[in-house]
Amino acid sequence: MSDFTHPGILETKVALGETTLIADPAQIVDLCRHLKDNEKFVRLTSITAVDWHPAEPRFEVVYHLHSIEPIRRVRVKCRVSGQNPEIDSVFSVWRSADWYEREVFDLFGIGFRNHPNLVRILMPLDWEGHPLRKDYPVHGYKYGYAKE
Amino acid sequence: MTLNMGPQHPSTHGVLRIVIELEGETIKKAEPDIGFLHTGIEKQCEAINWAQVVTLTDRVDYLSNLANNLVYALTVEKLLQMEIPPKAQWLRVMLVELDRLNSHLVWLGTHALDIGAMSMFFYCFREREDVLRLKEMFSGQRMMTSYIRPGGVALEPPRGWEKAMGKFIRQFPSKVDEYENLLDSNPIWKIRTQGVGFISVEDMLDLGVTGPMLRAAGIPLDVRKTEPYSSYEKFNFKVATRTENDVYARYRVRMEEMRQSANIIVQAMEGMPEGAFQADSPHVVLPDREKMKTQMEALIYHFKIVTEGYRVPAGEAYQAVESPRGEIAYYIVSDGTSKPYRVHMRTPSFANLMALPTLLEGTLIADSIASLGSMDFVLGDTDR
Repeated sequence: MSDFTHPGILETKVALGETTLIADPAQIVDLCRHLKDNEKFVRLTSITAVDWHPAEPRFEVVYHLHSIEPIRRVRVKCRVSGQNPEIDSVFSVWRSADWYEREVFDLFGIGFRNHPNLVRILMPLDWEGHPLRKDYPVHGYKYGYAKE
Repeated sequence: MTLNMGPQHPSTHGVLRIVIELEGETIKKAEPDIGFLHTGIEKQCEAINWAQVVTLTDRVDYLSNLANNLVYALTVEKLLQMEIPPKAQWLRVMLVELDRLNSHLVWLGTHALDIGAMSMFFYCFREREDVLRLKEMFSGQRMMTSYIRPGGVALEPPRGWEKAMGKFIRQFPSKVDEYENLLDSNPIWKIRTQGVGFISVEDMLDLGVTGPMLRAAGIPLDVRKTEPYSSYEKFNFKVATRTENDVYARYRVRMEEMRQSANIIVQAMEGMPEGAFQADSPHVVLPDREKMKTQMEALIYHFKIVTEGYRVPAGEAYQAVESPRGEIAYYIVSDGTSKPYRVHMRTPSFANLMALPTLLEGTLIADSIASLGSMDFVLGDTDR
């Protein structure tokens, strides 16, 4: 199961029956292309991120891939710095990356280089801040009653 | 011409805006605009404890609450490495399939209403009412059930549930025949749906489409079969597929799925195992009220679970489940405390809606209503 070889893979972990590949963010597009073409991961089921604030590198970008023939799943993770977070877009590999990357950009503020249309998707276009970051409050942002 | 469809439009079944560029009556470009129902559920999950999150998962998708409960419970149980007793698994399967009937009935009623077959709506909601009554009987709630929880199900099945469920499920397949008769003998229905809404299999896989849309194109991808969870491998059912890949095929797939779900419910009823409906893990599952009055340990566990919440070992887990709309998957990260560190919901409506521009471009504006309806999205599920 965990027999993936590619220079972009820094480490392979298996826990709870799930395979996780820790990848080098600089080679993410190349690695995804390899997984799609040579390992038959035709489906990208989701892209999301985890904020490990205040650790550095702060963000973890998580890709979940699914292969239909044979049925198997794999998770690819990249660490991205909290200072000006950016990673290459995998839109050129799977088109389903489009909205997922926009969602991560919207809610975490992680930029995706070479994304065709990187604008907010869930929050209003003129919103300030990125709600899923850990330093963003659950209640009372900006319009809270506390200030009155 | 640019046409603005929505955010309030009867056939978008929620708050969805589509900006459509027209050339004559042909759609040149369609751009969906979502986010009107964004409520920050994923953010709220990080602020409450593991047991409380169940109530939020209900509210993600108002037509398949139990599928959302189930996927959350399965992911948390994976992190806790907890074994669930067979009776709880059978109850879960039975109720999730009941919810599939609920979702498909609402889809069929509203989809037929969009296309102009108004009476279908009333027939479907008649049966849906029975489903909601059954859900109420089990959980006390018609929609936001929170019935499936980490550790099992919330309550013991009520007295007389076999009779109520049996009465409903034995006459249900004949109702599906009745709907099919009504629609298939209607030439307008056939003209409006056959050969409409084509999207290639390659595009669907590339865009992350799952569920009945993919199965109507001949790909038998169903998580219940390919990666069975909650004892689905012990049930005998077929994955409904068609090859026409149009609005009509998607309708036929969902009709067949309703029959298969009814079949699974009958199997679950007849083979319902004896035993506990909750796992024997006192640190997660709330104790029995009677035990609380007599045993000190039960009282302490109850106090700890309610005030502080149970802790889940640090780690990450991903679990997929076949919801009525497609593959729903939760990715949960725990840091070992009594609150989730991150809950990501991979919802089928979000992924399926991504295919909307590809589905609509090049088709006629009059067909867009049928194509939209055949996708069966829920906007709460899309925006979370």
